[in-house]
Amino acid sequence: MDQTRHKADGYYHSLARNMILAVLIVSITPMLLVSATILYQFHQSYQAKVYAHLEELVEKHRQNIDNFLKEKLADIQALAKTFSYEELSDESFLRDRLEVLQEEYGAVFVDLGVVNARGVQMAYAGPFKLGKALYSEAEWFREVMKRDYYISDVFLGLRGLPHFILAVRQNWGGEPWILRSTIDFVAFTKLVENIRIGETGIAYILNRRGEFQTKTVLDALPSKGPCSDFVETGKPFTEEDVCVSVRGDGMGSKNLYVGAALKGGDWLLMYRQRASDAFSDFQRTLKVTLVIILLGSLGIASMAVLVSKRMVNRIAEVDSEKQLMNEQIVETGKLASVGELAAGIAHEINNPVAIMVEEAGWIEDLLEEEEFKESENLQEFARALKQIRTQGKRCKEITHKLLSFARKTDSRVEEVRPKELIEEIVALSGQRAKYSNVKITTTLQKGLPALHVSQSELQQVFLNLINNALDAMEKKGGVIDIRGYLVGPYAVFEVADTGPGIPQANLARIFDPFFTTKPVGKGTGLGLSICYGIVKKLGGDIEVESVMDAGTTFRVKIPLEGDKGEGEASGPFARTEAKQGAR
Amino acid sequence: MPGDRDVQESPPDQDKIKLLLVDDEEGYVNVLANRMGKRNMVVTKAFSGTEGIQALRGRDFDVAVLDLKMEDMDGIEVLKIFKKMDPKMPVIMLTGHGSEQAAREGIKYGAFDYLTKPCEFEELVEKIKEAAHERGE
Repeated sequence: MDQTRHKADGYYHSLARNMILAVLIVSITPMLLVSATILYQFHQSYQAKVYAHLEELVEKHRQNIDNFLKEKLADIQALAKTFSYEELSDESFLRDRLEVLQEEYGAVFVDLGVVNARGVQMAYAGPFKLGKALYSEAEWFREVMKRDYYISDVFLGLRGLPHFILAVRQNWGGEPWILRSTIDFVAFTKLVENIRIGETGIAYILNRRGEFQTKTVLDALPSKGPCSDFVETGKPFTEEDVCVSVRGDGMGSKNLYVGAALKGGDWLLMYRQRASDAFSDFQRTLKVTLVIILLGSLGIASMAVLVSKRMVNRIAEVDSEKQLMNEQIVETGKLASVGELAAGIAHEINNPVAIMVEEAGWIEDLLEEEEFKESENLQEFARALKQIRTQGKRCKEITHKLLSFARKTDSRVEEVRPKELIEEIVALSGQRAKYSNVKITTTLQKGLPALHVSQSELQQVFLNLINNALDAMEKKGGVIDIRGYLVGPYAVFEVADTGPGIPQANLARIFDPFFTTKPVGKGTGLGLSICYGIVKKLGGDIEVESVMDAGTTFRVKIPLEGDKGEGEASGPFARTEAKQGAR
Repeated sequence: MPGDRDVQESPPDQDKIKLLLVDDEEGYVNVLANRMGKRNMVVTKAFSGTEGIQALRGRDFDVAVLDLKMEDMDGIEVLKIFKKMDPKMPVIMLTGHGSEQAAREGIKYGAFDYLTKPCEFEELVEKIKEAAHERGE
């Protein structure tokens, strides 16, 4: 029994597990797929948008800065072209010019200087004491001598301050001369540092050697891409290019780099922002989506488990009920076979018994002949023969009992006399009652009319009640009292025993199918529910009263007028048989 | 020859009731015939439906006693044939317990009455006398 229980448990476990898995897969997979697809699309378009935005931004700033540089250069050039070398070599004149520039453009122009072809500063206007400084070795000097103008990188010059130089070359009298100006580093860097977006975005400018022109920044360049090419190979990417690349910083976070060429390719304007900062919106969306998916999945999983468990429990219940029913059917089948067998045997026994009895009768007949009249043993012959006859009659009664019980159940409604029916049943149960030490008494009101019922069905009801009473009183014995009387339009029958009684808690369920207090294998739990069904079908009622340790009484009410159609339809022959009339 | 199994001819035969006993239980038929013989009856024994019909073909009988359940022929069939051959002859049916319905059917086809086996001998004799009396009228 335990083996089968284990197997059954395993079966139900796997059933539940399969259900849960199926639900999980079917509900979570599409959710994940949809989320992944949408998130991916969102990521792509968001990234494109962010890049585009940054590119545009950097482009705008690049233009700003380039314009700034161009403007300042143009101013100096204008100055150099408008006035001659001689005029500008005059320091007070130069000073005036510087003042005009500073009035117009603020403190951007720090100083002005005129340098001759040999690199000697002939005139100077500005805050520093730079008298006749020599610039022949300065790079800017050398560069500007090669070209028409030059904007230098930022460097720490003679003054110990970071600055850069704007220089233009002019010819005068066949000889080149240079007008140079120092551009305020601070004002310039402000331009660049104003480019701030988000929390971690900063901008800076690098030259070809990777030296900072503005504030120093760690991790200035992405390791790959045209931006780093710029520094490493010295190859300019075209002025139109703005490149975007991403590089991890070795500490787990990624940086976005947007670069643009400045100053004709000499400088690189870099904008750097932490990727998580740039994509903060997306990150947030991603987090929210993940949380939703997680919670959703948890919800789905727990529901799946709950619902599946409950379903499987229900299935298990139904299965075990079905199993019980199958067992009942098998039992019933067995009983039917035994019944048929018994009936067959009873029939067969009748014949030899009949012959024996008749032969005894024949001997009795012969004993009447004259020759036997004198016999001494005549008395004994007579007694013995009578005994044979008596015992034969007894055999007949025994088979009669058996056959009347084994008769096939049919629901034909007949006129059934309750007195005879009950007496028959009491006779049937007589042997068992004696064995269990139970006395059966019958008290039927005189003149109880015949009932319009199916004989076998009513028989089944009484037999069942009496058998139950006998079962209850098996151990100690007792009394079963069967009473019958009329109450209004009903015939009421009571089967009262003096057994141990039925507890209050069970009384309510006693007519339920499969309800039994007998040990497994002894009772089917179907008896009383069948009685209930039959009585109801006859248009009557059945009730029970019980007192613990005193006894139980079952009361059956049968309407006298027969089936008024309150119950279900009777058997197929009910109507025709009723019409044929009673015998 | 069938019909030659008469038993106990004591005078005068014409007063005695001529009885045809049809039942496939031989022992039963024999002992019944013996006892009937002692009660003013002349019994012809038939151990099957076919034998019974053959016997009736040979001669007339006052009363027939017919077992319903026989191996070679259905009792009702034999009854119908008897009734066709000699409508006036009353037939008493013997039926096993539980076959009352078949017996009632027999009544429909003209049987005189029926008794349940195993039956009380005296009761059977009474029924036979009753039937013979009716036939006489």
